[in-house]
Amino acid sequence: MYRSHVLVCGGTGCTSSGSGRIVTAFERELEAAGLDKEIKVIKTGCFGLCALGPIVVVYPEGAFYSQVKAEDVPEIVEEHLLKGRIVRRLLYSETVEEDTVKSLNETDFYKKQKRVALKNCGVIDPENINEYIAYDGYMALGKALTEMTPEEVIQCISDSGLRGRGGGGFPTGKKWSFAAAQPKGVKYVCCNADEGDPGAFMDRSILEGDPHVVLEAMAIAGDAIGAQQGYIYVRAEYPIAVKRLQVAIGQAREMGLLGKNILGTGFDFDIDIRLGAGAFVCGEETALMTSIEGRRGEPRPRPPFPAVKGLFGKPTILNNVETYANVPQIILNGPEWFASMGTEKSKGTKVFALGGKIHNTGLVEVPMGTTLREIVEEIGGGIPNGKKFKAAQTGGPSGGCIPAEHLDVPVDYDNLIAIGSMMGSGGLIVMDEDTCMVDIAKFFLEFTVDESCGKCTPCRIGTKRLYELLDKITKGKADMEDLDKLETLCYHIKENALCGLGQTAPNPVLSTLKYFRDEYVAHIVEKRCPAGVCKELLTIQILPEKCRGCTLCAKNCPTGAITGKVKEPHVIDTEKCVKCGVCIEKCRFGAIVKR
Amino acid sequence: MKSLAELQALREEMKNKIGIRHDSDTGIRIVVGMATCGIAAGARPVLAAFTDEVAKRGLTHVSVGQTGCIGICQYEPVVEVYEPGKEKVTYVKVTPEMVPTIVSQHIVNGSPVTEYTIGASGAKA
Repeated sequence: MYRSHVLVCGGTGCTSSGSGRIVTAFERELEAAGLDKEIKVIKTGCFGLCALGPIVVVYPEGAFYSQVKAEDVPEIVEEHLLKGRIVRRLLYSETVEEDTVKSLNETDFYKKQKRVALKNCGVIDPENINEYIAYDGYMALGKALTEMTPEEVIQCISDSGLRGRGGGGFPTGKKWSFAAAQPKGVKYVCCNADEGDPGAFMDRSILEGDPHVVLEAMAIAGDAIGAQQGYIYVRAEYPIAVKRLQVAIGQAREMGLLGKNILGTGFDFDIDIRLGAGAFVCGEETALMTSIEGRRGEPRPRPPFPAVKGLFGKPTILNNVETYANVPQIILNGPEWFASMGTEKSKGTKVFALGGKIHNTGLVEVPMGTTLREIVEEIGGGIPNGKKFKAAQTGGPSGGCIPAEHLDVPVDYDNLIAIGSMMGSGGLIVMDEDTCMVDIAKFFLEFTVDESCGKCTPCRIGTKRLYELLDKITKGKADMEDLDKLETLCYHIKENALCGLGQTAPNPVLSTLKYFRDEYVAHIVEKRCPAGVCKELLTIQILPEKCRGCTLCAKNCPTGAITGKVKEPHVIDTEKCVKCGVCIEKCRFGAIVKR
Repeated sequence: MKSLAELQALREEMKNKIGIRHDSDTGIRIVVGMATCGIAAGARPVLAAFTDEVAKRGLTHVSVGQTGCIGICQYEPVVEVYEPGKEKVTYVKVTPEMVPTIVSQHIVNGSPVTEYTIGASGAKA
């Protein structure tokens, strides 16, 4: 028995900021102090507040330390763990009040969150199946196998209103019932862990923080549709997730929770991992299955849908990690419990990866129907440096931008589509007034051009042309006719591309055109970038009244574009200037400006 | 693992080991004075004894913690028991031998061990 537990975040964010060294330091210091038999150190999954990592939480007090360094560990051991004095200077500042320490759940970041999919992340040791079991792990599988028929399991998922969390939002229960309705025989359960949207890391965090939940849910799905084999398709770029999945599968097999005759019910089910090489298109369901089969990851037309003819030509269901993470709790707590959260057509919660120009970058889980304003301003802590909110990008390269006027829209599948974006897998990138919307559209198009698999023409060539048009606009070489072409091409690609990647690739352009058309026009007509981002449209000037003639700019200019005599105002030769901005950084008098 | 019953048994066993990882306001807190004076007077074994005893009995609603010096160093080791809605009970000059009695009489059955409390000790002194 340990009287105290020290939880150190072992998610990717905190690991990269040195949480591994913190664990080692704790083990060393605790042993030196003779406390290693009384105090347990546990490496957990993500707590969500990645901006303030590495995170260390000490129970029973529930003290939440943020930005901990290995050098702080001796102090925590000596003061807190030995003498019981919480080290206030290291506490997450939001939890510290005049004379008391607030509970974490009262802080702005956690107050409005509701953790369902992330329930165990940051709570259990993901590499210890016993801790998962202590939190009712594999109980849902037990219930499904002993108390429910496969039909009842599917009915339960359908009644809960759970929809696919990978982006499409297809009702999970319906998907399962299609596959269950197929004649008996070989069927497969797949998990899409090929999270590829730039900035999205919710699936990664679930795999890293609670890998067993995915295994359990897949086994439940196997029972429901009559499958005996599952595959998890996970990116090789997620090394921690892959390792923890391997450990989890090994432990589950050892305990007989995967394999033959699970819990003595006669149900056989096993899971294997397939590593993806990181192609974005492999997140598309047909391409993913093709890749598991060992062939080049390219999509194919549907129908036939995977539920009828999927992996190796057999009926298959494919759900994303976050979707699975909800399943065991729905089975245990009942569909009504799940349906009590969220909006009319979108039930439950959604995990968002907050990124971009926002204070609390990290992972948040909120009930569906929470407004974007609550997520950005309250949970996210608003925008740094007193800048103004301009737009939020959801759905990654398939999604769109949501402008300030729609901040109060309750976030769910249908509302986001109605305002020209989409839920996507849950990446949420916040942009401030210094962001150029044409440049953002160009950024996402560059991504889709790279990731297009090349199988269909609208996507292979269309996205390239789209990118070239955007590039022309950002360089001030486009005319208004190009803008029309851009829009026409967008719709053309949308209607004709083979798979979801191509069909949604123009969304970043269309949504920015819808809300920020004036910025496109400014680039084209006035040859001006209102946010001051597009280099070609800027000129750098020296204000003669402010210039002291110190010559610092001229000395640092890499192209020798600045000339002038000592103690006299300098000038920039715009022909030679490459707009690198070094002179602006170097000038001590604020005499150089971008216009 | 051959049956659901086996899984449930394992869950119960494991629950005890992680019971402290909750922010709960309903549980009983046993707090041992672990400032220099406490440690010098032998608070460490007392703390360990409480941890063991609580674990042995599987009392998931009870947490064992430490605190600093409360200023009555001559009475160390001092142990305080906080129960929601009840007055705090302070035990003084606690030894590991006293721990099982405190846990069984007070924590489990709800009646403080009066002869170990500061009131009784003060009267004697």
